[in-house]
Amino acid sequence: MHKLLARHAEEIFWMSRQVERMNNIARILDVQESFGHQKDGTHNWLSVLKIYADDERFLAQDLKPTAENVLYFYILDGDNPTSIYANLKMARQNARALRPQISTEMWFHLNTFYNSMRGMKRRDISEERLNLVCARIKEACQTFSGITAETLYKDDSWYFSKIGMNLERADQTSRLLDAKYEALQMGDADMGSASDMSQWNALLRSAAGFHAYRRVHSKGFSAESAAGFLLFDERFPRSVSASISEACLALKDLHESFGSDQKRTALDAMKAFQSHVRQSAIKDVIASGMHDYLDDLQKHLIDITSLLEEEFFAP
Amino acid sequence: MNSTLLSGLLKDYDPGGYYCELLGGLEGGKNQEQLRALAPVIEKINALTVGDLRKRTAAVTRELYNLGITFTVYSQRDQIDRVLPFDALPRVITQKQWAHIERGSIQRVTAINLFLDDIYHDAKILKDKVVPKDLVLTNKNYSPQMEGLTLPHKSYASICGVDLVRGADGEFLVLEDNARTPSGVSYVVENRHLTLRTFPDLARATSIRTVSDYGQRLVESLRQLAMNPSLENPQVVLLSPGTFNSAYFEHVFLAREMGVPLVEGRDLLVDNDRVYMKTILGLEPVDIIYRRIDDQFIDPEAFNPKSLLGVPGLMRAYRAGNVTLTNAIGTGIADDKAIYAYMPRIIRYYLGEDAILPNVETHICREPEGLAYTLQNLENLVVKPVGESGGYGVVIGPRSSKKVLADLRRKLKAAPDNFISQPMISLSVAPTLCSRGVEPRHVDLRPFVVSGRSTWVLPGGLTRVALKKGSLIVNSSQGGGSKDTWVLA
Repeated sequence: MHKLLARHAEEIFWMSRQVERMNNIARILDVQESFGHQKDGTHNWLSVLKIYADDERFLAQDLKPTAENVLYFYILDGDNPTSIYANLKMARQNARALRPQISTEMWFHLNTFYNSMRGMKRRDISEERLNLVCARIKEACQTFSGITAETLYKDDSWYFSKIGMNLERADQTSRLLDAKYEALQMGDADMGSASDMSQWNALLRSAAGFHAYRRVHSKGFSAESAAGFLLFDERFPRSVSASISEACLALKDLHESFGSDQKRTALDAMKAFQSHVRQSAIKDVIASGMHDYLDDLQKHLIDITSLLEEEFFAP
Repeated sequence: MNSTLLSGLLKDYDPGGYYCELLGGLEGGKNQEQLRALAPVIEKINALTVGDLRKRTAAVTRELYNLGITFTVYSQRDQIDRVLPFDALPRVITQKQWAHIERGSIQRVTAINLFLDDIYHDAKILKDKVVPKDLVLTNKNYSPQMEGLTLPHKSYASICGVDLVRGADGEFLVLEDNARTPSGVSYVVENRHLTLRTFPDLARATSIRTVSDYGQRLVESLRQLAMNPSLENPQVVLLSPGTFNSAYFEHVFLAREMGVPLVEGRDLLVDNDRVYMKTILGLEPVDIIYRRIDDQFIDPEAFNPKSLLGVPGLMRAYRAGNVTLTNAIGTGIADDKAIYAYMPRIIRYYLGEDAILPNVETHICREPEGLAYTLQNLENLVVKPVGESGGYGVVIGPRSSKKVLADLRRKLKAAPDNFISQPMISLSVAPTLCSRGVEPRHVDLRPFVVSGRSTWVLPGGLTRVALKKGSLIVNSSQGGGSKDTWVLA
């Protein structure tokens, strides 16, 4: 078996990230629609734009953050690089370049998914159809992960797919928490109100963690326990900590199975980051400022990506 | 014609005087022999209905689309992916016909390789005046960079496509050679898989020779071409222009079937006249490159300096004998339409045999008598520019307006060297699903011939079909489709 082309490593890393990203955007839009009601019964779609720091760019287009506009922006707008469609197009392009590396089933699925989204119009993603649309997108992304798990040969490229997916997941969960945490904290003062309950719901459901959280914390909600759960619960697959651990393990395995005596700068950085996350305590994080902590976390993830780039993608 | 053969699906089918690939000619012994061999297949075809055929064909098209087995057509705003039309009614070749095609193709490609080796070394054939010297040396497809470079097993056109047509009498004639980067073999294999999946009833109980092992046989032949024959496991790669190339699907297909990396120019580099590919663990040496990039774009240092597809320094490594390129550089001279006319003489010169597969009668306009004949008979001839491929620039006399012919006449007089002419061949037809039912459409055949240590032919080949009624142009770039090609075992 030949060694993995650097370009293919980079393409599979990003393809996995793009699919994971689509999955998260669909979750966030869906949850916002179902649970994001404010006290006056309206939706605050601006908050979604803030998760991805897209608010300035969106408002610069002279658009009002109405449901219709925000949904179009995130689902179908090919000119918006953070939209589901744009990510799908990039993922499909990467998959096309990866055809010799990935299974035919993986390609077939992404290509069919892309063909189906290509035909969608503004009217197909109206608020009343949103739940169905998001469910289909989530399902298509999860199916892709399933097909990948079932069919991708576990050579060196498999590890890059794993690393990409988990780094993206850690990033998405931290962004979600960053955007919602402020609202959550305010909810604490207002315990038990309808708006407060739905904010908690929204956050945990966005990360598919509502029921898991309930099993660990059977009574009530608190900012501390919910944030702690999303950040540090090693048993919750979408927590920051669990995602970092998975990525770290994959990179370590890659070195052990396929590595040579080259430097392991990315792995060293990832390990250091993993212990930093593991040693953090939620109380300290809250005391010293959640936003700063998450900001720092996202910067670490970007640094790790650059190290992977230097070490593997551009040798 | 045996009337029981024209029941069911083929009830109203009429080949219209052309040789039919399924039913043979209208009379004579050859016909009886073909009908006997194909009767079981004809019977199964007749059991189909047009509605069923249409439904299953639509399913195939959908599958091809979702598999991304498509051509990309670019518009201003978006890109459109189109499927190469697949016609489900197979083209069937008998054992005996195939044996003839196989022998003839091997003979022709053997001669082509000997010719290339000769003109890039001692040029005996030019000294012996069998082929005019200037026709070769001043041809834009002649590559001075190849002079004196010796290749393993004299394999230049290692993968060669020989385009065959059949005239009214059913004899196979060579229309042209494809000695540069012939494409279409992926359709040969994929079409077979589609037939077996979608029309199992057609293929049942018929003994068809397999085409599925092409990739494995090809990579084995390529490995025999390493410049250093003592290498135990030479690294083969397939070099593609990338995902935007219209044949990208075929590049993926071949790389997967061969189990070799599919690389682009940017994945390779040349250091100290040695070729390497960039992997996650650094640089890995490359020994054999099956390149699907044209000569002009393969190395910006040696050829087109603006090419971003190629690898700077590749020709240096090639000249230094450190890497194999297949097909070799400079093979375009052998399939040039001007050289084509000399192929029967080239075969006789190197092999001492007559061509098993004859050329279509060809008039060389650079020769005074050829030009005179062409000008006198313009309205009855097919005129082809030399140095072009893909059916571009071809003028079919009987189907052209007076104005087109007058234009052509001027061009011929101004630059006769640029043209050859041939009589119009009434290409054979095959029953094909069309909008009004099953009708005859013209077809050709491209067998794929591979030369490693020895030369072999894939038992099958690409049957291209001109889907437009009456059209003789089968090229996929100009509205052609394809058929599964069965060689009976």
